[in-house]
Amino acid sequence: MAEPKSITITVDGKSLSAPAGTLLIEACKAVGIEVPSFCYYPGLSLQAACRMCLVRIEKMPKLQTACTVQITDGMVVTSDSDEVRQARKSMIELLLGNHPLDCPVCDAGGECELQDMTFKYGAAESRYMEGKLHKEEQQWSPVVYFDRPRCILCYRCVRACGEGMDVWALGVQNRGSSSVIAPNQGDHLECEECGMCIDICPVGALTSGAYRYKTRPWEMKHVGTICTHCGDGCKTTLGMRRSDTGMDIVRGDNRDKSGINGDFLCIKGRYAFDYFDHKDRLRHPLIRRNGQLTQATWEEALEHVGKRLKEIRDTQGGQAIGVIGSNRTTNEENYLLQKFARTVLGTNNIDHHRTTDFAGFARAITGKQNATATMRDVATASSILLIGNDPTEQHPLLAWNIRSNVRLNRAKLFIVNSRPIKLRRQAAAFLQVPEGRESKFVAFLNGDDTAAGSLTSPAVSNDSLKQVRDQLRGAQDPIIIFGSELRGADIAALVKFGSGVRAMFICLGDYANSRGAADMGLYPDLFPGYVAADGPHNFNEEWGKVPQVKGMDIAGMMQAAKDRKLAALYVVGSNPVTDYSFDPAALQNAFVVVQELFLTETALLAEVVFPAASAYEKAGTFTNTCGDIQLLKKAGEISSVRSDFEIIVRVADRMGADTKKLVPFGKGVHADMGQSRGAQSGEADRHAVWLTANNLDPRLSPFDPMAILDEIQRLVPGYEFSRLNLIAGNDEHVTAAEHSNAGAGNGLVQIVPANDSLFTSGTLGRYSHTLNSVIENRRSTESKEVMAD
Amino acid sequence: MADLVSHPDETRVVSQRFGKGAADINRHLELDGYKAVQKALQMQPDDIINEVKTSNLRGRGGAGFSTGMKWAFVPKQSDKPKYILVNGDESEPGTCKDRLILEHDPHSVIEGVVIAGLAVGAKVGYVYIRGEYRYLVDIMRKAIADAYAKGFLGKNIFGSGKDFDVHWHTGAGAYEVGEESALMESLEGKRGIPRIRPPFPAIVGLWGGPTVINNVETLASVPHIILMGGQKFADYGPPKNGGTRLFCLSGHINKPGVYELPLGYPLKKMIYEVGGGIPNGRKLKAVVPGGSSTFVLTAEEADQMNMDFDSFSKRGEFLGSGGVVVLDDQTCMVKFALRVMKFYQHESCGWCIPCREGTDWLKKTLTRFHAGGGLKKDIDNIKYLAQNMLGRTFCPLGDAAAIPTMSIVDKWRSEFEAHLEGRPCPFEPEGSRTISELPVIA
Repeated sequence: MAEPKSITITVDGKSLSAPAGTLLIEACKAVGIEVPSFCYYPGLSLQAACRMCLVRIEKMPKLQTACTVQITDGMVVTSDSDEVRQARKSMIELLLGNHPLDCPVCDAGGECELQDMTFKYGAAESRYMEGKLHKEEQQWSPVVYFDRPRCILCYRCVRACGEGMDVWALGVQNRGSSSVIAPNQGDHLECEECGMCIDICPVGALTSGAYRYKTRPWEMKHVGTICTHCGDGCKTTLGMRRSDTGMDIVRGDNRDKSGINGDFLCIKGRYAFDYFDHKDRLRHPLIRRNGQLTQATWEEALEHVGKRLKEIRDTQGGQAIGVIGSNRTTNEENYLLQKFARTVLGTNNIDHHRTTDFAGFARAITGKQNATATMRDVATASSILLIGNDPTEQHPLLAWNIRSNVRLNRAKLFIVNSRPIKLRRQAAAFLQVPEGRESKFVAFLNGDDTAAGSLTSPAVSNDSLKQVRDQLRGAQDPIIIFGSELRGADIAALVKFGSGVRAMFICLGDYANSRGAADMGLYPDLFPGYVAADGPHNFNEEWGKVPQVKGMDIAGMMQAAKDRKLAALYVVGSNPVTDYSFDPAALQNAFVVVQELFLTETALLAEVVFPAASAYEKAGTFTNTCGDIQLLKKAGEISSVRSDFEIIVRVADRMGADTKKLVPFGKGVHADMGQSRGAQSGEADRHAVWLTANNLDPRLSPFDPMAILDEIQRLVPGYEFSRLNLIAGNDEHVTAAEHSNAGAGNGLVQIVPANDSLFTSGTLGRYSHTLNSVIENRRSTESKEVMAD
Repeated sequence: MADLVSHPDETRVVSQRFGKGAADINRHLELDGYKAVQKALQMQPDDIINEVKTSNLRGRGGAGFSTGMKWAFVPKQSDKPKYILVNGDESEPGTCKDRLILEHDPHSVIEGVVIAGLAVGAKVGYVYIRGEYRYLVDIMRKAIADAYAKGFLGKNIFGSGKDFDVHWHTGAGAYEVGEESALMESLEGKRGIPRIRPPFPAIVGLWGGPTVINNVETLASVPHIILMGGQKFADYGPPKNGGTRLFCLSGHINKPGVYELPLGYPLKKMIYEVGGGIPNGRKLKAVVPGGSSTFVLTAEEADQMNMDFDSFSKRGEFLGSGGVVVLDDQTCMVKFALRVMKFYQHESCGWCIPCREGTDWLKKTLTRFHAGGGLKKDIDNIKYLAQNMLGRTFCPLGDAAAIPTMSIVDKWRSEFEAHLEGRPCPFEPEGSRTISELPVIA
């Protein structure tokens, strides 16, 4: 597509250029001329309702709305004059007329666009004497409240919900000054509870049930970190305050629009941090005494675990120990855990809850350039093929980017799924195929016309299949996204097809760092960077001796436990008893250690349970399902829990391991085994950024995850991203999968998709008050979809 | 059925079949019905448009835009279907002419729609009738059905090989929907809220297709123009103001009713001769020349005005919709301003701030003011509010509310001052309103 030609206009005597077709308000913004607006919002349909952006354009009889006028060559605009200022002031006066002016108690006070505009344009005196229109506040859901008197009717919420979310749960009732935003169920909402309406509200009309009346915006510290739930990796800004237990997360939102999620955040990113202070959160180490898990000190627990693991290793060998890692711990913790397993415990028996076949994906794309798409790419690709998965439920940001791309850029979306997923509403073609036949479609793509027979149905004809294939064959740089429905050889076949059209791929896995767990080598047969354990590698030189044979995967460990061959099981942030139906009886005689936030089914079987810090209480990095790596910032800490990183290092220390070999900290400086808060916090103070950028950070503590990140970046090909950019809060794309050297797979991969909905999130979701409070979580049948206006 | 009135000065073109039972299709045919469309079927589309241009027909809804020009804006080629839309959402206070046309001569409207369709290449027309005109829907429905039965609508109309469909649709009772783009929204089943323009309906209209929207009277004039020739129609009125117009006389007048008079007819004559003057020997105080949205004229101004578009636009004012409301010297202009504002406050769609909030505060302030609770600064404040609505709203409804208010404050300021300091309304009998009835001032 040819770039539109640039044209020149004059605004307030200044000449500026912008592409033809640009809206005047955007052209002004690009050169720093602020034209105020309430109803205009980039990416949403135009309203021209608030009349704040009125400007004078030469040769036009009336003031014009800058939000709807496209610039034309030679246009002469006055955006700042007595006339224009008066027009804006009068709008503010009119808005404030019925506004309750309850700023001192309003949640939005201090971050309210109406306040800001009033401050700028001044409407200090009221011209009216009559009473204000009043309506009682309404609660629409556990998380959404609506206060009509504060509402300025900019319709941003209506559009964000409809156009953006494709939910259409908000509308307008009545007319004139009685107009009121109304929820779809009359007195309450049934929707995706994303809270986008609250975030986008310029005033305090829509407020968050989780946050309202708790604090003032300026009383919080705002920490931009990564959501800890699904694999999309949205940036979420936590409003932090101190409390008697160390910290209180008061709210989550996306006021920082710089993240890969832009404007978007779903219910989990916005509210589901609330598991962190659930009353069942583990706050003390537990040791089993007389059959009962009883409270213990850290000293006792660490000593006990170190001693027992050392005994088992020394007497029965590392092969008798199994390790299960997590989809939700940081890259640094995952890397450390497998290094601990391989070098300290001496075993390759390490695995994690695999929700998709990342290893198979790495095998398929190894050696290919630009084979993986970023989350941002999804918002701009010209065409997208989605096979399997239901992003609306499982990858809400991905779904948002796909929808936005279709809506704003007319991207072509092709969907192959066994269920009528909601994204079909945006699809150019939706092929509903029988469950389990997704791989047949891949075969069909590769030219196997006989596969069509098993895909056709009354809704899907041979012709429609061929049409889609033809369009995909002709597609330019498409993005191909697939869920756990495709594994192993099917992924390889799909990559074979995609390579022919220069496609980029996204393999969808569940949970916040499942991609990181895979990249960091939480596999019995793969080292970090998908390097075959039994193939050529240099980890012996780097780490000292590592086991050369493949270890056991979770299924293997389960069998070994049954056969009484597993003497110890070390579990970090995982619940295999539930996820894999791991037989509890099999673990009766094993020494089970669990690092967890909650007393899960697995933790209940443990000999020792360590209370772990949540991802809000530690620093590190997460790699999302696309391979976008981002900095997890420590928002605060709560007393008596420790990060998984620290626990592993301390256990290794008690086992007599050289922690300096495990975590390359110090660089010659004497080890600091104490708490080094600054180092753990991961906060980007300027000095630290400079030190880090120049690789001069002394890393005084073995608990500093950045010390391990140094090693990861050195040893894992594809992780050579800009550290400076990462620490500045930006996302970087990593390509460990493209650089993999995994050898042939054994083909027997046990994949257990989480199948989470918008309102569930594995263990964490069970302890989120919000996720459990919304009525949509309890709906028995598929909710009714509402068609667009 | 409304009573019909007449006056010797009338020139009956659009109203020529009123009172003759022409709602019946056979009676309509006896009265030269459906001849124009058959003539138009023999004409080239451009010739139809040129005939209408020659007639100087200007939109009868109130804006007075050249009908021929409007039709000419419609692109010849279009991927999407084109539509003819009849704006029968007649809601302008003081205006009741479309109602008579729809009641007495519905087939002339259908005929006009088909001719417009032939001119611009549309095959579908919609007659949108305001919700309050419920009984007219039945008349129009029957007329359409009868036209289909005769083969005047549907496939192969009049054996011409051309197809044309006409549908009726009723509103839900909203003045705002009289605005053409809001009418399209309403017809599409959405809230009656105007659209952002451009694009204009002639390019992107109903369901995205090029659309001509004309007032009922405008389209009812078209068959007569085709039959008599554009020039003859044009000659009824002064230059550039073709034809006749249905004027709806109401208010303090002896013979209220709808009269068809040539454009340019003197307002003074209209009031004193056609309308029979003002009852009870009272004097004229003010005239609303064309529906409540127009600048209100004083008696002196009214004496000078001719009722055509250009005589008003010369003064920066509007002829409006043909609804002439006469106010005598016993009328309280504050109360009149309040009554007008109550209407606009009730009808504001609420989309944009200045109209939604402005009409509400004007209504509240005028209510208090008329009740005797006015302060001196309120007078300027009322004008300030109106001024800050004028030209800044999303659609002309805000202007329509601001214009009469501003002209009343300017021209009858003394009456506002007479209400000050708790004094009762000078035009209402003393004691008719007590202080306890005053609105509570918060």
